[in-house]
Amino acid sequence: MQDPKLCATEKRGLHELEAGKDLMGWDEVTQGSVLPSFEGDASNIAHLKQEERDYSHFNSYTATVASWRVQKPVFNIDVCIDCQNCWVWCPDTSIISRDKQMLGIDYDHCKGCEVCVEVCPTNPKSLLMFSEQEDLETALSQWPEKKKKEK
Amino acid sequence: MAITSVKNLKEFSTANDRFEGAHTLCPGCAHSMIVRELMNCTDDNLVVTTNTGCLEVSTAVYPFTSWDTSWMHIGFENAASAAGGAEAMYKARKKKGTLKDPDAPVKFVAFGGDGSTFDIGFQWMSGAFERGHDFTYICLDNENYANTGGQRSSATPIGATTSTAQAGTHSYGKKEKKKDIVAIMAAHGAPYVAQLAPNKWKSMAKGFQKALETEGPCFINTVSPCCTEWRFDPKDTIGITDLATDSLMFPIYEIIDGHELNILYRPKNVIPVEDYLAAQGRYKHLFKPEYRHVIDEIQKGVDEYWEMLQRREEARV
Repeated sequence: MQDPKLCATEKRGLHELEAGKDLMGWDEVTQGSVLPSFEGDASNIAHLKQEERDYSHFNSYTATVASWRVQKPVFNIDVCIDCQNCWVWCPDTSIISRDKQMLGIDYDHCKGCEVCVEVCPTNPKSLLMFSEQEDLETALSQWPEKKKKEK
Repeated sequence: MAITSVKNLKEFSTANDRFEGAHTLCPGCAHSMIVRELMNCTDDNLVVTTNTGCLEVSTAVYPFTSWDTSWMHIGFENAASAAGGAEAMYKARKKKGTLKDPDAPVKFVAFGGDGSTFDIGFQWMSGAFERGHDFTYICLDNENYANTGGQRSSATPIGATTSTAQAGTHSYGKKEKKKDIVAIMAAHGAPYVAQLAPNKWKSMAKGFQKALETEGPCFINTVSPCCTEWRFDPKDTIGITDLATDSLMFPIYEIIDGHELNILYRPKNVIPVEDYLAAQGRYKHLFKPEYRHVIDEIQKGVDEYWEMLQRREEARV
């Protein structure tokens, strides 16, 4: 099952994109602005996993687009074969994949586009769309059975 | 160059993402799939410049940035010249010995939409290619100005309806053919030019790695289906790309040194162009009896182009 604490750092999903009221407005900033993505040295970023990085509050990793969603994908680890199709085609960097294993979905950044469900090759699919209000247990209990091949 | 293994997806998936979520691209947009793949296929430091377009306005919403690399935006047209300038500065400072970390590998990448590549930024890009800067230009080709409401660009194919070339009783949409940008860029004598698609992730990742490794200016045109302006369901992005590559509307190929053409993907079953057109709302009007001749015209164009590619591959000229 997906562990909600998995990649949660205190840096993730803190505010909506409209946040930042204490910052300057668009008509007050000087021409040209620099937004550092990280606190301190960032030269080794390519070798750090997301949870090991020190994101600054300018990085959109600290923001959330969860309110865009009407449906959410639910991940069933029992059916997953770790093919990583969902990881490579997720447009929102929302598939949490570590050490060749698919671990879950990052619901702070997922927009509910359903691409991961479409590209999932297992039978039944290990990712399915459910209503945003549905909790994990109820969703998993409704998982369809394996479909027989039509001849 | 430190490259990520792309032997299979499992190994590729150990790459650490450097393109963050919570950008404001539409759900199901292929732009971010392509950008993610480029950033994942290498461990090197990247200097990315971006033309104005969907990608730029959506990944740099003040006060946020989605880029974990150096990223710069200046104007609509000049991602190529900005990347070229940064690269020239990097080389000069390396020569003078004023770089903080001279051994760190750095790659320069410019992103542009099709509007800024085919039309507005063409002169800047052409100039940067002529000067021979060591950078990679990646065009995210969604065949219209999607950021401003879907106006026609010179990448829009014949028959598609756009907000400035609308289909109706007197018109079947855009009447002109799409510009063959890959051939134009190959004619610049660029060492590596390719057309790639996100559904074939392996050929795309390999193409990106090849372009980044190659010294000199490289151009890559990538198909980026736009669910908003092509009018299909966001979940079908990869499915539409499959149709595009299997119907040969977007053949996947590379041209090395301006003459050595290799076809990277040959569909086992070539599907008729009609299937690709029928999947999208922007071609809906073509299925009316009075405009059916446009479909035949598109099919003829696609067949001729595929024939030409095959002959060029054989002839090596």
